[in-house]
Amino acid sequence: MGEEKKRVNVSSNPHIRDGKSTAGIMFAVILSLLPATGYGIYHFGPRAVAVIGTTIAGAVITEGLFGACCKKKSLSDLSAVVTGLLLGLNLPVSIPLWMAALGAVFAILIAKLLFGGLGQNFMNPALAGRCFLMISFPKQMTDFSVKSVDWGKLHWDAISGATPLAALKAGERVDVMEMILGNTGGTIGETSVIALVAGACLLILLGIIDLRIPASYIVTLALFVTVFGGRGFDPAYLSAQLAGGGLMLGAFFMATDYATRPITVGGQYLFGIFLGLMTGIFRIFSPGAEGVSYAIILGNLLVPLMEKITRPKPFGYRKGGGTHAV
Amino acid sequence: MAKLTFVGGIHPYDGKDLSKDKPIRDVLPKGEMVYPLSQHIGAPAQAIVAKGDRVLAGQKIAEAGGFVSAPVYASVSGTVKNIEPRRVASGDMVMSIVVDNDGSYEEVAARAVKPVEQMSPEEIREAIKEAGIVGMGGAGFPTHVKLTPKEPEKIEYVIANCAECEPYLTSDYRRMLEEPERLVGGLKIILRLFPNAQGILAVEDNKPDCIRLLRKLTAEDSRISVKALQTKYPQGGERTLIYAVTGREVNSTMLPADVGCVVNNVDTMVAVHRAVTEGKPLTERIVTLTGNAMKDPCNYRIRIGMSYAELLDVAGGYSVEPQKVICGGPMMGMALFDLNIPTTKTSTALLAMTEDEVSAMEPGPCIKCGRCVEVCPGRVMPNYLATYAEHFDEEKFLEYGGMECCECGCCSYICPAKRQLTQSIKSMRKIMLAKKKKK
Repeated sequence: MGEEKKRVNVSSNPHIRDGKSTAGIMFAVILSLLPATGYGIYHFGPRAVAVIGTTIAGAVITEGLFGACCKKKSLSDLSAVVTGLLLGLNLPVSIPLWMAALGAVFAILIAKLLFGGLGQNFMNPALAGRCFLMISFPKQMTDFSVKSVDWGKLHWDAISGATPLAALKAGERVDVMEMILGNTGGTIGETSVIALVAGACLLILLGIIDLRIPASYIVTLALFVTVFGGRGFDPAYLSAQLAGGGLMLGAFFMATDYATRPITVGGQYLFGIFLGLMTGIFRIFSPGAEGVSYAIILGNLLVPLMEKITRPKPFGYRKGGGTHAV
Repeated sequence: MAKLTFVGGIHPYDGKDLSKDKPIRDVLPKGEMVYPLSQHIGAPAQAIVAKGDRVLAGQKIAEAGGFVSAPVYASVSGTVKNIEPRRVASGDMVMSIVVDNDGSYEEVAARAVKPVEQMSPEEIREAIKEAGIVGMGGAGFPTHVKLTPKEPEKIEYVIANCAECEPYLTSDYRRMLEEPERLVGGLKIILRLFPNAQGILAVEDNKPDCIRLLRKLTAEDSRISVKALQTKYPQGGERTLIYAVTGREVNSTMLPADVGCVVNNVDTMVAVHRAVTEGKPLTERIVTLTGNAMKDPCNYRIRIGMSYAELLDVAGGYSVEPQKVICGGPMMGMALFDLNIPTTKTSTALLAMTEDEVSAMEPGPCIKCGRCVEVCPGRVMPNYLATYAEHFDEEKFLEYGGMECCECGCCSYICPAKRQLTQSIKSMRKIMLAKKKKK
């Protein structure tokens, strides 16, 4: 020994790592959104591909250009693809493509990158993009009545109509079975409960998300609607409320966004309950019929507060902190 | 029955199959022996030999430097070559006694002993203190200090830490299989110090053979029981172990004795047994040589002070060139850049890995997934603590319970962004502890 100069690595412990990576998690989220994406394309026709393609391209190009300017490589974590895809799923199929692109740029640049990029954003970028478009172009963003859309030279019929929640609010009857299957009007990715829940199951099985936020959100909303909905305990009305309005997409895929939900366990329950209350208020007491997006964005803003009041007590914590026996 | 465990923790690949079925082999060192004066927590020992002195195996060569300190003994016979700073596993230079091994292993006579039954608690404590025994699981806290709480009658549990939760390590496992009588004997001796305590052998349930064996050995003894713990890292951490066994929580400002517990590692208990029944000081321990780059993974009974380089040679060297060599296990061990460092009282293993996964991973930004919070056995928030540490925000670091971190490494292990959370928090804790000392 002694003579040879072999090179070995030296670093601080621990020296082993779990297999999960940021890109792996993002990839899993993309996979889990595929059922809803696929159904959206099947349901709304090829133009849905154009909308989703535009938002993904817009998000990725924005992230890439910004990265090139700041000498930061962030495309490989796939988070821009997730944001682009989520935004696309949150848009009506008839939206002009330039608006979709603008929404994607806003989501990535304003809501995420300018606040420090992945993990630093305080608001879900896809939802921020959606709400930005809602405020800027309310007509196009809430137009779900399109029966036929021009796409290039093709004319095709989309099975669309007013969203079930709007119909419900107007006092019409809605077919809950159709809502669960997804055969209704709405944004591209929000209509099919089955496809969304299938994707959510995948996320839960892979350990990417857990049920804390979605369950507390959905249960709270159900209770709120039962108490304040004016219909008492009406299973048909209740299930329509839960199946509609992008609740499944929001509860499983957007309220669970790591960066914009509380990191503490208690905070996550609190967050879910808050979202349920806000969604209920928006749906029942505001002129509109939907409320998921605004509820989540509002919830995002309160995350630091929720984390603060639910910060866990360190192991072995004693009041006063001193050394004394129990 | 719910399994005994704690909240949080991880399940890394345990790698124990490499060496768990290899019986302990004895090795006699041929080369130079190095005895750092600081192999324990507390004041360094004071050398009581000088350059040129002839020393014998089992001879005291350094005296404890205070109450929280421990003497050091020569493990071979030879001549003191020098007393000089030598590099140790942590990378620090530590004043050490260097002995030229003459290869004859001539021993001093063991201390006179009398039957344990006739010894008073003070005599037992004195024998342990004299033997230079420290916590051999890695921390190196002088054992006699642990065994001298203010009110010994308030100790309710003496726990033998047989968890060995650190991946790849099998030295405690082999010790339990091959010398369980010594382990139980050591526990019985310690129980003599605490009239109101019950003895618990706490073993992770991935070692069912040890559990069976220890249960058989202790079936007759009403004061001792064997508890199976859920296999999970860091189950063998002192605080997590106490919680799993008793449900009591100890924070960083407390000692286990504050909740009526005394915890000692397997090898430590065996050393206590040797010291009290045979009058032998602490000069040997079991070290696991393992990892996928090791030609012949195995467990050795070594003489403390032998260099890792020589030990590796004896074991047959590497099968392939390792990318990383670790003193200890992969979770809490220290990466070595040179093997010419001595084994000490706290050396548990030499782990050689063909690949260093950590260097292959580029740390990314925190995505706030919360995995570190979920696995943290200290129930703090490593993601925020690491950020505060990186910004040297002392106030926030303390407010968020940074001092409650036990540096187990779970947060870094689980982080999908591959942040060096443990490293940042550890550095900050070091700074804060140094500041506290100054005050």
